[in-house]
Formats: sequence, structure tokens, C-alpha cells
Amino acid sequence: MAVDYGTLKKGGFMRQKQKDNFSLRLAVVGGALTAENLAKIAEVAEKYGEGYVHLTSRQGVEIPFIKLKDIDAVKEELAEGGCRPGVCGPRVRTVTACQGNQICPSGNIDSYDISKKLDERYFGRELPHKFKFGVTGCRNNCLKAEENDVGIKGAMNVKWKKEACINCGLCAKVCRENAISINDGEVNVNYDKCNYCGRCVKSCPTDAWDATSAYELSFGGTFGNSIEKGYSPLPLVTSEEQLFRVTDAAIQFFADYANAGERFKFTIDRVGKDKLEEVLKEAYDG
Amino acid sequence: MADIKIDDTVDITDVVCPVTFVKAKVALEELDDGQILAVKMNDGETVQNVPRSIKEEGHQILKLEDNEDGTYTLIVKKVGD
Repeated sequence: MAVDYGTLKKGGFMRQKQKDNFSLRLAVVGGALTAENLAKIAEVAEKYGEGYVHLTSRQGVEIPFIKLKDIDAVKEELAEGGCRPGVCGPRVRTVTACQGNQICPSGNIDSYDISKKLDERYFGRELPHKFKFGVTGCRNNCLKAEENDVGIKGAMNVKWKKEACINCGLCAKVCRENAISINDGEVNVNYDKCNYCGRCVKSCPTDAWDATSAYELSFGGTFGNSIEKGYSPLPLVTSEEQLFRVTDAAIQFFADYANAGERFKFTIDRVGKDKLEEVLKEAYDG
Repeated sequence: MADIKIDDTVDITDVVCPVTFVKAKVALEELDDGQILAVKMNDGETVQNVPRSIKEEGHQILKLEDNEDGTYTLIVKKVGD
């Protein structure tokens, strides 16, 4: 019987150089695996592989040296441990994320939660080429948002609360954009300079800021054969609902206009940034 | 604010992160609820992080004074025992 490598690849089984051996890619969302997942992965790697795993560049796990004849058994056993195969090929790939504001003191958004929602919404969706989402919690950019087709970066929308302020001056001191000035006890934010990093909020010892989570989006990043940084044509996205409206629009633009085998960046270049921005702006405005 | 009565003082300019915070925390533990601690700290990372960390412990930050010699003095009111 002929082996359908296309279907296997789509289901996360990556053909190895060694005949009838596959490296099984697992679905991992935002880099999180439970202890139960890990125990099962270890068991399967011992039993069907060569007793080790490869950690991929996108927070995934692959179990190399799975034999063609064992594929169904491997899938079944992994499912018992709550693991499912990942994907490869022209579709929405693993959504990467940092730990976000539930764990990290620098985080502006719950990156992990956003990555799970993106995964539920789009994972495996068939497209003209691969499509990657990455979510990073703040401007430290541990998850390199701009190298993704769509990158999401946590931001902080800030407004000074006079009544709680003790005028310690720390916010002005930590601001790297020199956007904060203090005159006669009045803290002024120059919003033309502010990059919404949230450092003023994080350093404030009296919670003298109204701070709301927001998102900065980038489009058209790619970091493979071509290296291009995603660009950010939109103002700050201020709600989750607005965020998903925009991501819906971006992915639909790619589905509608991309040629087969063409990354988002090159679709944008070919069709025109103005055209993309028109679509994004409409979604942004609702 | 000029007449805040300081109950104890701790100098954390001779240590580095994370001992800075630990030293301040230990000094606060010695105090009773409502007492005031003055913490002398270095400019830079220390002053950018320690005030917030002490606040996260639940204490009340009253004031931060720039000593204009590369150090700051943080005035903290202990909250809780």
C-alpha cells in the first residue's frame, strides 16, 4: 500500500531520512504541557521511539523514530495522556506564547489564555501556506512577536491617578521613552512618546495609575528563508473582542489573496499594504 | 509629610538584588503594625524595584526622597503583623 505522506505530515508525522521512521510532532499550545502529558510523552518515547524527544523552535515537542507500523497505536496511547498530534504544512501552526501576566511580573496580558483562544479559533485551518501566531506579554518580547505572520504583544494603556500619587518620581525615572514629566506635583504623560510598555505602572509603589491591558499587533513577519519583521499599521487594540476581529480579518485576507506557497508577508507586498490596512482598519473599527 | 516619625532605619546600599529586598523585608518584620521604616537604597535597579516589591507585600509606601548622592530613602508604613 502506498504511504500517504501528505496526510501523515498534516497529522504531525514528519518523515525522517531513515526509511519508515517518523518524527511525531505533538500539538502544544503556548508552550504548556501538563505533568500527565509529559509522563505519557516519556512513556511513548521509550516504548516506540528511541527514548528521547526534540524540543522544537516553536515550543513544540517531537518524538523521533516512530515506526510507520506503530502510528495508530502511538496516537491512541498519546490520547490517553491528553496529547494530540500537531500539524505541519499549509495551515495554522502552533501558537506560541510566553507565560504572560499570570506568572511574569513584566506581563501586560494573559498571553497563555490568548494563545489558547487563538488555537481554538484557528489551529489547523487550511490556508495557502503556513501561518504562525505568536503572543508575547510585553515589550521585552521574549516570544519575538514580529517574527510571526501575526504577532500579538501585550501593552498597557495608562492614565495617572492623582489621588493615589505620592510624587515619588519613579514613573518618570523608569520611563525609557521620556514620556513622563512631573511639574508641581502633576504627572503628565506625553502620549505621542508613550509606547505603552507599562513600566510606569509596574514600578509605582502606590498604584497611582489606571492601567488597562491592550494589544499591539504586527503582520507579515517571517523568519525562515526570508527574514522580515512584521509591521504594525494599527493603533493599540484595546479589547479581546477587537483583537479577534482583527485576527479574523488578517487570516481571511491571507485565505482570500495568497497564492499557494506564499507567506503572508509576500501576499501583503504583492496585493498592497493599503489593501490590507483597509481590511484591518474596518475590523478594528468594528 | 515633614513630621513623619521614623521608628527604624535600614541601609540596603551595601547589598545587591535580591538581598536588597530581603534585608528590607526582614527589617519590616521586626516592626509592629503601623510603625514606620526608612530604607536607604541605591539608585538604579534597586530603587526601580524595591519600592514596588515592598508595596506588593502589603505595606504602605509613604514617600521616596532623593538624597541627591546616588541614594534614595523610602519611607514605609508597616501593614499587618
